[in-house]
Amino acid sequence: MSQNRREFLKKAGLGALAGLGAAAGLFPAFALEPTDSSGFTDAPVPGKVRWGMLVDTRKCLGNCTECIVRCHHDHNVPDFGHTKSEVKWIWKSGYENAFPTASTQFQNPEVLERQVLTLCNHCTEPPCTKACPTEATFKRWDGIVSIDYHRCIGCRFCMAACPYGSRSFNWQDPRPHIKELSNTYPTRMRGVVEKCNFCSERLVKGELPACVVSCAENALTFGDLNDPNSEIRKMLAANETMQRKPELGTLPSVFYII
Amino acid sequence: MIEKALKGGRGYWTWVAFLLVVIGLGVSAYARQMTIGLGVTGMGRDISWGVYIAQFTFLVGVAASAVMLVLPYYLHNQKVFSKIVIVGEFLAVSAALMCMLFILADMGRPDRVLNVLLYPSPHSMVFWDVMVLNGYLFLNLISGWAVLGAERKGVAPAPWVKALIYISIPWAFSIHTVTAFLFAGLPGRHLWLTAVLAPRFLASAFAAGTAILILITFILKKVAKFDAGQEPRLKLAVLSSYAGLANLFFLGTEFFTAFYSNIPAHKHSLQYLFFGLEGHAPLVPWMWFSLITGIISVGVLLSPPLRRNNAALIAACIGLVVSIWIDKGMGLIFGGFVPTPLEAIVDYMPTATEISVTLGIWAIGLLVLTMLLKTAIAVKTQE
Ligand code: SF4
Ligand code: SF4
Repeated sequence: MSQNRREFLKKAGLGALAGLGAAAGLFPAFALEPTDSSGFTDAPVPGKVRWGMLVDTRKCLGNCTECIVRCHHDHNVPDFGHTKSEVKWIWKSGYENAFPTASTQFQNPEVLERQVLTLCNHCTEPPCTKACPTEATFKRWDGIVSIDYHRCIGCRFCMAACPYGSRSFNWQDPRPHIKELSNTYPTRMRGVVEKCNFCSERLVKGELPACVVSCAENALTFGDLNDPNSEIRKMLAANETMQRKPELGTLPSVFYII
Repeated sequence: MIEKALKGGRGYWTWVAFLLVVIGLGVSAYARQMTIGLGVTGMGRDISWGVYIAQFTFLVGVAASAVMLVLPYYLHNQKVFSKIVIVGEFLAVSAALMCMLFILADMGRPDRVLNVLLYPSPHSMVFWDVMVLNGYLFLNLISGWAVLGAERKGVAPAPWVKALIYISIPWAFSIHTVTAFLFAGLPGRHLWLTAVLAPRFLASAFAAGTAILILITFILKKVAKFDAGQEPRLKLAVLSSYAGLANLFFLGTEFFTAFYSNIPAHKHSLQYLFFGLEGHAPLVPWMWFSLITGIISVGVLLSPPLRRNNAALIAACIGLVVSIWIDKGMGLIFGGFVPTPLEAIVDYMPTATEISVTLGIWAIGLLVLTMLLKTAIAVKTQE
């Protein structure tokens, strides 16, 4: 097992501690590896961990939808068959749609034709949580922007506030439109907003996000952006990368290698 | 006092019955929305707000415009407005009520509306908007009602009423400023992300709201034989014309900044609204109609001989209201979502259900206004 994977599991184990409020040792099934909690206090420290993702658009195959299918299956995302009421957590967008303010003049045509994975950026300064009148959407201690489906009033201010189009609303009951019910994540009800949760339900079990493990091309790297020794930080340092609309000051936690 | 609203002639009851029918239509459409979900509207993932939020925005302005009567009457002792201050206050009450109903109609989970109060979030502009709108409704209802009650008894209103009235003046500005902040603070929506949005909201509100007040005085003169007089109407017309002028000026500055700076993202929404973008131009005829009607109406109101002519005054007021309703009650909201954050151009078309709910809410507002004004006039004419 690589050093990075060990590091990841240790931190994810801390998630288990936080999520369950008990030592991970009490729940052996949840901890794939004994968590070394000695380096941490019991309570999660805000800002200590900042989960992030790096998408290598060079490796990502144009017509492959493996990660999208896997995510939408695992999270019981409905399929209505049309774009108006669409619910999506992760999807592909054209290069110019994902990076509307990036330079495209005389750009390598191969790059311009790339299909770029788009998902919630788990912004460090998220406009969506600021707009929410009920704290139904909030930033967790580990940087994940999460939604409480039982508190959301469906006002859709967060959708207007998100500059990336990352959020979907349940315009009708989603349950009859789930192709194959999965027991890995709860279904949602009509009238609430949802989006990518960076697989927080998998992180507490010490597992990497579903999209990351499903990618045969190894195009997705997940890790702690606050740890200078994490694999993702090393890759960020070694490659030319971009964030979406960095000029808005949202500080996205999803990065792209072009 | 309200029992006075239950005495009326045939015309009155026909009007009330008509409103009740429209309300019934709206309620049944809302029942459909409640069973199926907001998917019955034209809104979707990309255009996630529609007529409901647009009507809300327009009506906050109407509510705020009561200050155009309250301020000169109470602060500057302009006695000409004495007969119709109450009209402005009651118009504010019914408009604020409609605003809240539109917000409720737009919510995915109206059953959880109290969460806004249970988990107060001062970082959210919605929280402030709910606070100021509710406050404004009650300020106007209580002070209007108290002044009327005192008038019926032939005594001066209690001193606390004056205090409420003075509070309501800055409060009126606050409701529309906060409403503008709902939009103006969102990054990435360039049509809204402008410091001039709040001033423009106030200008268009005072223009359209005052025009509505003038129209109401004409209606009251005709159907209730209650004449507010020519002088207050002309004063209101002057106020409305200058507010309308300011609104047009602000719109001009938006155009200048967007097109002279030539920054694509700043131009796109305006292009979509006024010229069409990549072959999508559903709102273009509306926006030009709004602009031209607005300019002509303001022109008529500005000209002393024209505004003294009742027919021209009525036409100009209707023109100004329609113009601002299109601009604020349609273009501003729908256009703000185009292009989407992922640069798609998506058109929005309200559905019959959505329009029925909208008409239903307007009818509720008009019914409340009718009954309040009926009471007010009965008291004033000592019936
Ligand atoms: S991408 Fe959008 S939804 Fe995700 S955290 Fe940022 S603003 Fe919120
Ligand atoms: S739709 Fe839900 S999550 Fe979004 S702002 Fe409203 S209450 Fe918050």
